[in-house]
Amino acid sequence: MTSIVKPPVRHPSLRQNRLGLTLRDYEGVMSTLCAGCGHDSVTAALVQAAWELELEPHRAAKMSGIGCSSKTTAYFMKQSHGFNSVHGRMPSVTTGAAAANRALTYIGISGDGDSLSIGIGQMAHAIRRNVNMLYVIENNGVYGLTKGQFSASADVGSTSKRGEANEQSPIDPALLALSIGATFVARSFSGDKGQLVPILKAGLSHQGLALVDVISPCVTFNDHEGSTKSYRYTREHEVEVVEADYVPVHTEITLPDSQNRLRVVTMHDGSSIRLRSTAADYDPTDRASAYAHVRGCQSRGEIATGLLFVDENSRDMHALLKTPETPLIDIPYEQLCPGAAALDALMARHR
Amino acid sequence: MNGVNDFAFKIGTVNGTGSASANGLLMQAIFRMGIPVSGKNIFPSNIQGLPTWYEIRVSKDGYTARPSEVDLVVALNPATYAKDVATVRPGGHLLYDSSWPLPKELERDGITILGIPFGRMCVEAFEGDRERTLLRNIAYTGALAALLDIDMEVVDRLLNETYGKKPKLLESNHKAIRLGHDYAKRHHPCPLPYRLERMDATGDSILIDGNTACALGAVYAGATVGAWYPITPATSLMEAFKAFCEKYRVDKETGERRYAILQAEDELAAAGIVIGAGWAGARSFTNTSGPGISLMQEFIGLAYYTDIPAVFFDIQRCGPATGMPTRTQQADILSLAYASHGDTKHPILFPANPHEAFGMAVQAFDLADRLQTPVFVATDLDIGMNDWMVKRLQWDDAYRPDRGKVLDAAALEKVKKFSRYHDVDGDGIAARTLPGVGGKGAYFVRGSGHDKHAAYTEDSAAYMEVVDRLRRKFAHAATLVPKPAVTRQKGADIGLVTIGGCDAAVREAADRLREQEILVDVMRIRGFPFGEEVREFLEAYDSVFVIEQNRDGQLRALLAIELGIPRDDMIPVLDYGGMPLAAGVVVQAVCTHLAGAPA
Repeated sequence: MTSIVKPPVRHPSLRQNRLGLTLRDYEGVMSTLCAGCGHDSVTAALVQAAWELELEPHRAAKMSGIGCSSKTTAYFMKQSHGFNSVHGRMPSVTTGAAAANRALTYIGISGDGDSLSIGIGQMAHAIRRNVNMLYVIENNGVYGLTKGQFSASADVGSTSKRGEANEQSPIDPALLALSIGATFVARSFSGDKGQLVPILKAGLSHQGLALVDVISPCVTFNDHEGSTKSYRYTREHEVEVVEADYVPVHTEITLPDSQNRLRVVTMHDGSSIRLRSTAADYDPTDRASAYAHVRGCQSRGEIATGLLFVDENSRDMHALLKTPETPLIDIPYEQLCPGAAALDALMARHR
Repeated sequence: MNGVNDFAFKIGTVNGTGSASANGLLMQAIFRMGIPVSGKNIFPSNIQGLPTWYEIRVSKDGYTARPSEVDLVVALNPATYAKDVATVRPGGHLLYDSSWPLPKELERDGITILGIPFGRMCVEAFEGDRERTLLRNIAYTGALAALLDIDMEVVDRLLNETYGKKPKLLESNHKAIRLGHDYAKRHHPCPLPYRLERMDATGDSILIDGNTACALGAVYAGATVGAWYPITPATSLMEAFKAFCEKYRVDKETGERRYAILQAEDELAAAGIVIGAGWAGARSFTNTSGPGISLMQEFIGLAYYTDIPAVFFDIQRCGPATGMPTRTQQADILSLAYASHGDTKHPILFPANPHEAFGMAVQAFDLADRLQTPVFVATDLDIGMNDWMVKRLQWDDAYRPDRGKVLDAAALEKVKKFSRYHDVDGDGIAARTLPGVGGKGAYFVRGSGHDKHAAYTEDSAAYMEVVDRLRRKFAHAATLVPKPAVTRQKGADIGLVTIGGCDAAVREAADRLREQEILVDVMRIRGFPFGEEVREFLEAYDSVFVIEQNRDGQLRALLAIELGIPRDDMIPVLDYGGMPLAAGVVVQAVCTHLAGAPA
């Protein structure tokens, strides 16, 4: 079988963004995932976010590893280059691409198997380097393509489809990211597009690595009674701790008087995010309190969602590498090669 | 050997005591006297405490291979006395530190033992343990200068160049040099029968190691992204790249860097970064050694199957596993040629010395872009880390990188439909686009089965069309990689085949065999895949010896697999103990075989 191309039907009433593109222009080939898969909702949210942000599709690159999640890069933005790489290694490929051409928007899609088991080292080090990218983990607690083994994000006591309970402690990507210096950490739910779209938009505008952990249920292998990554369980246990609203550069921000827990974070490109904490003591710009709060939710069996942490002073990989604004691939060869005279001079030092 | 400007000496010390700079000083002084010289650092996988040796060969005829015998041993490490005294050739000399009585292990008939109390003299002349230890090395340098007739003016000038900005250190160094020099002059017959005499044979040469030369090649080729994980003996390559970039690629006003060096979390990530950067359009490379190549296998296959350029420098060391990290070998030949699972094959360049490494480093980037595939430059610890006397490196300012077939936005406009893997020209190479180009240039890179349009496929014919194109591309690569270097003599009926750093020893062996009226032609393999010239050479001789530094005859096996030459028709000469090859090994192997061969 091959990929399924969607029929090019366009409804005349489809709205256009300022680039003259409709939502359909941000779609990809037809999904081959199971009907009802959370990942398809994440794809739809990405399409929505990119359309609303007016991303030029050809200036974005979609990066992924291997697994159900990683297949989804084919399902949005068909006018963008895509790279479906090696299991768990999307972060390094993206690091290299970003190092070479910083002018593109990098959208990395991974899963809990791809990022928390085989690729946990690469994810951690991409976070440490603060590669300028959106890093989405479509997290369902299970290996779908190999038919239902537990992943490293499965909660203790969560049961498999056959009834076996997981006994190993889970890795929470949000907590891990917070602990190693991530500059943007969010969690959402594939079933909550209203929350997810603004988070994705904020993540795409963040200067640095924006980690978005999306609970995205596997309808085939992990949506049963006893699973802690099912639609039902997630709906019942989700606690939004920070509401995020993305405000584009060209929109004036007005602050409603009543929202005293409102915080406005200005992004590198001049856009801003309005964050409203639902908990009185929660400060999404304070790493320690964010960590403590998320951990507290976890111990109560709650899933903390929202934009959990953002560092307004994030310095991305290029700032650390001191590379110029001009992408390395656009620097003329003449500025890279020292030339014959320099080599002659150098040879004198080897005598 | 054993005469004026034709001998070898070896210094045994303890690692971490600062002997490296003294040994470098000796090499450079001899080089500046215009005499061909080569040095081999035989060092342990250790920071401090284990034995280390430095071998210096002086050869008026320009032979640079490891010496087959040693005339003089400087034994300064009691832990290796027994071993060191045994390596002196009969009639040679041993110099030891006579601050203490002559130990029993050093007694041996048939050689001359020379004592100089380096330790005691330095204790008396200098303050502090560290200084005394360091300057003992300079003192033996002074003694060797007297014993071997090294020009003291040259030595003094070198010290001034090195320590000119540190007057106190300069003074102690001069003092230490004189201590050793004057003691030797007073107490021993100087110079020894083998000694130095000024020549004019190094004017067009330099002293350089292969890792530095490869790094320079990467700079001159316009590489902008380097990713790596530290590993002996490859580390100094990226360190040199960094130093050159800091020198040549930092904007003086803004401090901005026209390069990105990423120290990865492991070799897998290093390969991924290089491949990501290559896909995005940069010239990118990594430097590693055997264990790193093992870890990079999966990514190498991805780049092969998805047509992404990348350059890998493999500085080979002794395997398997961790092996002997500070010893040399050529044991990655097969694992590079077929790196990764599935049907994969990769172009490899095999430089013989740092001079060739510089040129091949540049060529590797051109080939990677032209062929859109991983290209390997395989050197080894000996080439990579030892200082070699080679011809001066030169650069042609007319050079421009060959970026291969890349369709930009303008070129895409003229194309009706862009199919990433459609072989329009019949050479197996399809034009690529770079991310960001827009229009119809977008495509999806996937390591999973894909057709010529880069679309996912599980269809046999569509899959085979792509892998068959890759096979055509590899055949095309055989016409682009460097041809073998062949030297012939009239009347030769024996062929010697070799590779990489064995070159110097094999060429020297050919000369020595000629003295015994055994005439051999030599072919040094410089690139993989093999071209027709390789087959022609192999088929032209009654006896063909394949000389290489690994246990299993990997080059011989590769020749057999790729060219269909019966493996057992080629006689293996295998030297895999971890030391650079000496000509004597080759001469002996050929002579032994000929003596035992049926008439």
